[in-house]
Amino acid sequence: MSTLIDIRDISVGFVGRDGRTREVLRNIDLAVDSGECVGLVGESGSGKSTLALAAMGYLKRGLRLLNGSATFNGTDIFAQSRQELERIRGGQLALIPQNSGQSLTPTMRIGAQLHEALRLHSALPADHHATKAIELLGHVRLPDPKAIVTRFPHELSGGQQQRVAIAMALAGEPKALLLDEPTTGLDVTTQAHILELLRDIAAERGMAMVYVSHDLGAIARVCTRVVVMYAGEIVLEGSTRHVLKSPTHPYAQGLLASIPKLDCAALPIALDGRPPAPGDAGAGCAFADRCAIVQDRCRSVRPQLAPSEIGGTVRCFLAEEAKRQKGRTTGAAPVRYSGDDTMLDLDGLSISYAKPRLLEQMLGRGTNVPPTVDDISISVGKGETLGLVGESGSGKSTILKAIAGLLPPAGGAVTAGDQPLPHTVEQRHPSQLRQIQLIFQNPDDSLNPRHTVSDILEQPLKLYFGLSGNKLRARSAEILERVRLGAHYLDRLPNQLSGGEKQRVAIARAFAAGPEIVLCDEVTSALDVSVQAAILDLLNDLKKTQGTTYIFVSHDLAVVRVLSDRVAVLYQGRLCEIGQTHQVFGGESHPYTKVLLGAVLEPDPDAEPTLAADDVVERAPPERGCPFQRRCPRRLGAICDTDAPPWQSPATGHAIRCHISLEDLNAD
Amino acid sequence: MLMRRLFLGAITVWIVSVIIFAGVEVLPGDACTAFLEREAQGKLLENCRETQGLNRSAAERYFDWASGALRGDLGVSANGQKSISELVGNRLRNSLLLALCALTAGVPMAIFLGVVTGLQRDKPVDLVFSTTAVFAMTIPEFVSATVLILVFSVWLGWLPGIVLTSAGSPVSEFFPEIVLPVIVLGMVMTAHILRMVRSSVIEVMAGDYIQMAILKGVPYWHIVFRHALPNALLPAINVVALTIAWLLGGVVVIEVVFNYPGLGRMMIDAISDRDLPVVQAIALIVATVYVGVNLTADLMTMVLNPRLRTHALRGS
Repeated sequence: MSTLIDIRDISVGFVGRDGRTREVLRNIDLAVDSGECVGLVGESGSGKSTLALAAMGYLKRGLRLLNGSATFNGTDIFAQSRQELERIRGGQLALIPQNSGQSLTPTMRIGAQLHEALRLHSALPADHHATKAIELLGHVRLPDPKAIVTRFPHELSGGQQQRVAIAMALAGEPKALLLDEPTTGLDVTTQAHILELLRDIAAERGMAMVYVSHDLGAIARVCTRVVVMYAGEIVLEGSTRHVLKSPTHPYAQGLLASIPKLDCAALPIALDGRPPAPGDAGAGCAFADRCAIVQDRCRSVRPQLAPSEIGGTVRCFLAEEAKRQKGRTTGAAPVRYSGDDTMLDLDGLSISYAKPRLLEQMLGRGTNVPPTVDDISISVGKGETLGLVGESGSGKSTILKAIAGLLPPAGGAVTAGDQPLPHTVEQRHPSQLRQIQLIFQNPDDSLNPRHTVSDILEQPLKLYFGLSGNKLRARSAEILERVRLGAHYLDRLPNQLSGGEKQRVAIARAFAAGPEIVLCDEVTSALDVSVQAAILDLLNDLKKTQGTTYIFVSHDLAVVRVLSDRVAVLYQGRLCEIGQTHQVFGGESHPYTKVLLGAVLEPDPDAEPTLAADDVVERAPPERGCPFQRRCPRRLGAICDTDAPPWQSPATGHAIRCHISLEDLNAD
Repeated sequence: MLMRRLFLGAITVWIVSVIIFAGVEVLPGDACTAFLEREAQGKLLENCRETQGLNRSAAERYFDWASGALRGDLGVSANGQKSISELVGNRLRNSLLLALCALTAGVPMAIFLGVVTGLQRDKPVDLVFSTTAVFAMTIPEFVSATVLILVFSVWLGWLPGIVLTSAGSPVSEFFPEIVLPVIVLGMVMTAHILRMVRSSVIEVMAGDYIQMAILKGVPYWHIVFRHALPNALLPAINVVALTIAWLLGGVVVIEVVFNYPGLGRMMIDAISDRDLPVVQAIALIVATVYVGVNLTADLMTMVLNPRLRTHALRGS
């Protein structure tokens, strides 16, 4: 095997406001052989993407190469002219970006973007480009490639866009592929399919791959070797098996312990603290402040990356110690609900996004498009947590909006406590508004950047409790304590907080209203796993002390598993299954639930996903029959298309909506 | 979609026409009191109102006025008894001429400079033009007009400093008198469009798909012309539309300073003469131009932006 990508002693940095050079990458060595797939893992800010892009000779605006070199196939990348780089990039060395939706030019058709790649990087004559483009799209398993070439990027689903990006990267017959979080933001099912595709392509073409991801499950699926990065340096390197099964660096251990597991209902263990900002690492080990087994020398001497006798290469004085200690891998058991008072009741809720056309509006007619969300009847107990799961477009967030009164439902009723709630926020009484609070996915969007933490927390306190003066300040501080932030945070602005701290403030704002029901909309999706673990722990704690009822929406089934007492599975805005968490996650379940569970990737090189259904995105639910009819791997026949499936109950509190009999469902 | 926009545009113009008509209606006095001045009383006033049709109900008169306007007949002016359509027609032509000259000179230059400064962000070229643009935007038009007249007309004697051509003269006679007003207008207009295009180019060039194009090995100029500009220039369409509307209806100061016989000056004259039918007519024209130009801009954006033209996949 020849070394294809060879990065030596590379340091990259920027000049900070104080004039100091701050390093984002510190003396990194990385060699990738042809045919090998190396995973780059780390939290946000660890420098993994910067490293991958540096392999292409590309540094983001403001960054500079401070030291070292990057060679690709014997060519010193940073010494090349612009023309030479243009020849290599997208040709022998191609990138598959994160979020292809934004990486495809919105004003160019898919065909035009593929032709461009072929024109620049393939030896094919121009009149073969059209057929080659269609061939490439077929190769990445896109249905109907002839139609896809005429589409614009926004007309495709996230998974299709990602496939187009892969096809584009393959256009130049690359020797090496760099993948920058290629499946982040995709549904579990789509992610699993994309990863299988990448595995197959790598195997069949013998390409080298550098796979950048924070998701150890994805890494476990495609990589043979893993490099763990922390604060701009490599802390651990070894075979995937070694790194994931018996990590020798305390950071890698912490990272693994903070991932919620599908087969384990315990809370993941949070990794406290946060990595040093670029240039602030100090003289010792960058991880020292967060390390459980830190010693004095760790703070004064920077450990070197050295081959370890127990396998791999590790940057830690205490690697063997770390391996021996290994620590707890699972956390405390979450609080479980027991009671029978109903807190929230949804009765036949249906919501429609389709707006009648102007003419229809004037004639007083509605639309006959099936509603986005239909016939949702769920009741949630006082202090219970209900998880809502499903792919994007399943109507999870839509239901939360309707409960919060942000989106008037087309039919059905929402009852909180024993009062029926009016449909819109405007019609609701302040006490009803106080009762239900919403926490959003991204605190960057949900916190006003010009309001200090105290402004943010004081609003609900003034509005619902009429507090003022010292009382108001004291109460704000008290609430901050409850989300484990000190009173000194009160005068900070959101941009002076880390992602996890911002989400804590958002949680504190919701709890400041003293709500009975808290709606959590993907509250941990934008956070690093270690931070996610801390947030889950906090939510669990608040549930214990406040007796709050949660509705917890997430596309991450393992996260839902941790907190939920009951889980409802949604497809295309219709309920497929509802039951106790352990009932839904094991035993007989709806074919769609099986599809979702099968696609989950565990951070374990031996775990293998099952891909039971295609990752097709449906534009609208079918008019009749079972909502899952078009993708169901266990379709019975015409009955699925014509008749609405019946509710079947295999056990108390567990209900599955399917035509297949319970025995047959169980048999699988 | 197109029908809907046209329909809404027509409704806007209609509402504006009602407001204009009602606004004039609630003012004390009418065309007859203005025309007869001190003799506006008794029999004389009644006779005048009879001949002018002013004693009919407001609704009837509105209907007359509106249906006339639809046919291009804007009624007669109060004092001169001349056809407003003829009076306004020439002025509208002159305003169009001024706008057209300013646009042909200004828009290409503004877009070119906007793209150059956007691409050369924070480099000397950018600093020079961006700063100049800020000056051009902030200096009041009458100041820059006066300075230009002083320099090019009084000191150098290269260009006439004032327009002496009468409103009805053929287009060719407006040259070279029109040059200085065009320069003043062009400066303000170019500055606005330049700043807009510059920030749009900067935003697009920092986008993910530009980074992707670079990493795909697309040559630089190809990135600029095929990937960046079609996206960066979309917001410029609306700014250019607003500029056109402004040029056609709102350049009062410049027309007064240069004595240019355009719509803006006619409006001022009509207001000071209390010639209400003319005021109504001009207000209606300007409103229609605003609606029309913005509608055209929205339609153009729709045609050029695939995201508005085709349906996106439903999000979560």
